[in-house]
Amino acid sequence: MTGIDLLDRHLLSVLIGLPTAGAAALLFFPRDGRKAIRNAAFLVTLAEFLLSLLVVARFESGTAAMQLAESAPWLPQYGIGYLVGVDGISLWLLMLTTFIMPITILSAWSAVERHVKEFMVFMLILETAMVGVFVAIDLFLFYVFWELVLIPMYFLIGVWGGERRIYAAIKFFLYTFVGSVLMLVAILVLYFHHYAVAGFYTTDLLKLYELAIPAKLQFWLFAAFFLAFAFKVPMFPFHTWLPDAHVEAPTAGSVILAAVLLKMGTYGFLRFSMALFPAAAADFTPLIATLAVIGIVYGALVSMVQKDIKKLVAYSSVSHLGFVMLGLFAGNLQGIEGGILQMINHGVSTGALFLIVGIVYERRHTRLISEFGGLSKVVPVFAFCFMVVTLSSIGLPGTNGFVGEFLILLGAFRTHMGLTVVAASGVILAAVYMLWMFQRVMFGKVTNEENLRLRDMNGREIAYMLPLLVLVFWIGVYPQPFLRRMDATVHAFVARVEAGKRAALAEAPPGRTMFTRTFDARK
Amino acid sequence: MVSGILDGLWLVPALPLLGVVLNGILALFVERPLLLPAAGPPSAAAGHGHGASYRTLVAFIAPGVVGAAFVVALLCVLSLAAAPPEGRIFVQVLFPWIQAGAFTAPVAFQLDPLSSVMALVVTGVGFLIHVYSVGYMSHERAFARYFVYLNLFMFAMLILVLADNYLLMFVGWEGVGLCSYLLIGFWYEKQSAADAGKKAFVVNRVGDFGFLLAMFLIFWTFGSVSYTEVFAKAPLLSGDGTLTTGLATAITLLMFLGAAGKSAQIPLYVWLPDAMEGPTPVSALIHAATMVTAGVYMIARSSALFLLAPDTMMVVAVIGAATAIFSATIGICQTDIKRVLAYSTVSQLGYMFLACGVGAFTAGIFHLTTHAFFKALLFLGSGSVIHALSGEQDMRKMGGLKKRVPVTFLTMFAATLAIAGIPGFSGFFSKDEILWKSFSSSMGSPVLWVVAAAAAGITAFYMFRLVFLTFFGTSRMDPEVEKHVHESPWTMTLPLSILAVLSVIGGFLGIPAVLGGAFGVPNLFEGWLEPVFRRAAPAAAHAAEEAAHHSAALEIGLMALSVGIALFGIGLAYFLYRARTEKPDEIARKWPTVYGVVFHKYYIDEFYEWAVVRRVVRGADWLWQMFDARFIDGIVDGAADIVRSAGDRIRRLQGGIVGGYAFSLLAGAVLLVGYILYRSIVQ
Repeated sequence: MTGIDLLDRHLLSVLIGLPTAGAAALLFFPRDGRKAIRNAAFLVTLAEFLLSLLVVARFESGTAAMQLAESAPWLPQYGIGYLVGVDGISLWLLMLTTFIMPITILSAWSAVERHVKEFMVFMLILETAMVGVFVAIDLFLFYVFWELVLIPMYFLIGVWGGERRIYAAIKFFLYTFVGSVLMLVAILVLYFHHYAVAGFYTTDLLKLYELAIPAKLQFWLFAAFFLAFAFKVPMFPFHTWLPDAHVEAPTAGSVILAAVLLKMGTYGFLRFSMALFPAAAADFTPLIATLAVIGIVYGALVSMVQKDIKKLVAYSSVSHLGFVMLGLFAGNLQGIEGGILQMINHGVSTGALFLIVGIVYERRHTRLISEFGGLSKVVPVFAFCFMVVTLSSIGLPGTNGFVGEFLILLGAFRTHMGLTVVAASGVILAAVYMLWMFQRVMFGKVTNEENLRLRDMNGREIAYMLPLLVLVFWIGVYPQPFLRRMDATVHAFVARVEAGKRAALAEAPPGRTMFTRTFDARK
Repeated sequence: MVSGILDGLWLVPALPLLGVVLNGILALFVERPLLLPAAGPPSAAAGHGHGASYRTLVAFIAPGVVGAAFVVALLCVLSLAAAPPEGRIFVQVLFPWIQAGAFTAPVAFQLDPLSSVMALVVTGVGFLIHVYSVGYMSHERAFARYFVYLNLFMFAMLILVLADNYLLMFVGWEGVGLCSYLLIGFWYEKQSAADAGKKAFVVNRVGDFGFLLAMFLIFWTFGSVSYTEVFAKAPLLSGDGTLTTGLATAITLLMFLGAAGKSAQIPLYVWLPDAMEGPTPVSALIHAATMVTAGVYMIARSSALFLLAPDTMMVVAVIGAATAIFSATIGICQTDIKRVLAYSTVSQLGYMFLACGVGAFTAGIFHLTTHAFFKALLFLGSGSVIHALSGEQDMRKMGGLKKRVPVTFLTMFAATLAIAGIPGFSGFFSKDEILWKSFSSSMGSPVLWVVAAAAAGITAFYMFRLVFLTFFGTSRMDPEVEKHVHESPWTMTLPLSILAVLSVIGGFLGIPAVLGGAFGVPNLFEGWLEPVFRRAAPAAAHAAEEAAHHSAALEIGLMALSVGIALFGIGLAYFLYRARTEKPDEIARKWPTVYGVVFHKYYIDEFYEWAVVRRVVRGADWLWQMFDARFIDGIVDGAADIVRSAGDRIRRLQGGIVGGYAFSLLAGAVLLVGYILYRSIVQ
């Protein structure tokens, strides 16, 4: 067997393992050789990204099946296996992860001066965990990666964060951990149920998909998964950990948090909540869509009155993720494809916004809007990048944000017309909070002497910003390569969810929601 | 289907985009370094020394690409005209853009008589304004940046008018909004300019919200957003009951919300007067001739849908007429020359909407065209005055400029005659057409005519007030300013002259049948556009024929009456601002309340600020401080505190570090709970 064959057969495993191998190698680097450590970490993540391009190259867009799948027994006596694969739902999230990592490493080049080695080790372990989350198709394996993400992120915030980093780190940890524990309980219930029905234990997601789960059980399982994922997204009103975590996290941490970690929640809804419990999903849809729309408007309004740029961007994430959730729970092709695309878009645009904030912060050590003003004059390249990213964030046609938001609203309009009208007002509010912030930071006269001496973006900063800007326009002008690779999977997904919903609802009198069924049944 | 030269249609928007790229490179790599504070005092860099050569290059590229786009557009239109009237439609599909399931929207352009009128107006007037800008902005340090935005605007505007589907139109729609934002806030160091830019964008977004929702309704009703499919299906679906009148009304009202935002109609007009913070050529191009007419174009384009919704048509007509007279009255009291013209633009756009609302789409587009000529000219003329007066915009500090800037005066005067509706000038033909249709159309009414005619009188009044205050009488200029008064360079006066010619003769393209018919002169404009509206909706042709039932004598009589009203307005302006110049102040003193309310633009901005802006900001602040920080986080922190204090007590009982045990305990508990839960739920 040649090396290439081996690589092809175990591509996803290599992608999971490579960052951790890199982290292990970093441990042997001398502690004060910061430059070497940075270079090595960057090269590992870059290699990881280049390898992940192979996944796109090997990906067949005509099938909904899991691709590049690998399976190995892990704990066979418990039916737990090492199963990985990608499909049209996870492909771009995997790519987003590998794409954003080298960028964040570059962004931490001079921003992180303390404990560089540990920082990079945590970053690499984090990458392994994130890649694992998106490619795992075994419930137990997924859970392991899901929890593994928490640990490095906890340290990234707690050690390299700002003044209130301990509070933020613990809040982040507790919030998401409470959710995770509930999910674990639900996973176990599902596990035992499968045994009861099928006669053997398994955590293979594809096998669990085939399981007919009684509607009442679906309800409780969905509820438990819901909390885990809703905390992560975060959905209103479970979002308050996010602004604190973002504000205190170092730039690299914020970028990863926004670009990838939040997507674990929305991805979870698709992959697990909706796919495993379609009937419950249908019944929860009004609630979730309503919360999503509240999140859109609420996040936008609260963004508007922020004084700290980073907090503003953090709250804007609540609004953007509300759009994603609305799209997913539109339940139709347009909404779901728009939702998946918007996950990527949010990663690109909000990731870029956090980088922008980081660039300013590194120079001025403040993020208060009132400290700035008139920067356009002083730092033109920065101004250009900031403007493009701002426009992408407010969903101007021609940028990525528009394509996602449009498809989401188009899809959601079909199923939740009233809510979508309210959601669309978020388009107005986004313009208000972003442009107002942009004006206060960039326009006007330079009122603060210190800002006159601001350095413009240097070569390294331009280098990591440029790929993001390219994606902004690429997805904005020609989203076909991204959308077409989702088609088959999303099609099958919609069909399966519909069928599952119908099958489960057949048990109950028509026109009654799960809530009434569940609580009636208890009497 | 015709082709050949038409295959080059994509070049029309692409050429300005090329200009954006080229000038963008110059702006970013040559100009920006010169502008940095570190590069030294401004005089060192601006327009002199080694900076000058790149400016010459910019000054050739920017108008050059637009001129070339005009030529290509003209050739395409000529080639289109060679086809028989019914075959004058050409669609060029470039590539698929957004596609998801049944939804598909390609990047595709459509040239038909309607879009060709728009394309020619946009590129033609746009070219002249680009040339003018070379002179007007010659003292500007950010010369290249200016032209990047201006070319970008041309690109977006051409996408808007040439798109073959609503989604692509929306791209141009928001694109022009962006350019408007960038150009209004061009002098971003000025607080008021940055504010005005933001206001324009946000108010436009309110309209875009309507457009977006209309698009969703269109797609889920028609299964497509392409013009051809939607308009072809409209009669079928309304026949089989899928497209009810209510649904058509909802779609068109939402579209009208979009149009009202872009074209500054009540209640969304408030951004346009503030938009005058931008450089004057921008006001001429974007805020008079082209972008603000996009709403009119959108409605004319969607005539097939609007005609299915009589209620919407009435709303459009009433809002149009109301806007026409409302903003005309504000124009009376403004002292800033550009602000007068801004309110005048709002008012004239009202006429175009009135025309659409009574089903006279051709008349609306005709007025759009003549208005593009004379209003662009008025703005450019005012720019020439401002240029001559070293930036002075207050008409109270002008006067007697007639001899000092003769070309500017003559050309502006021609435009004034045109907008005032003096027979023979372009505005006469188009405005009169609208007045007549608002009276005679089956959807019209004498009330609409009266309002529109009154607005025409007020228009004549405030325009002549402007001319008298600016060019006649004795000078009220600052002595320092007066020393430097000069006529503008040829790059500015040449576009003025060309536009003046168009303002004078442009009307002969559309001579009403009642005047031209007797001499065998056809209404060229109507003949050209007619197939579009007939194809879109045979009913429209029906409405137009309705007009024929009225007698020619009535039409000529009303025409004479409206001219009389205009002349009265001019006479009044002469009386107040030439003969008895002390009168206006006297009147203002006599009725201070009325004058104050009109002078303060009916306090509409203040009302919005009070009723919307402040409330939203305060509400948002409350949400953040109280709901987010106190309520939700109160619960979260409270829960954490309880756990922590409980943990403290338990730890005191236990003593040592028991992490390992605790973990296995937890894991065991979770397993147990999971199993019990499962049992209890299932059994």
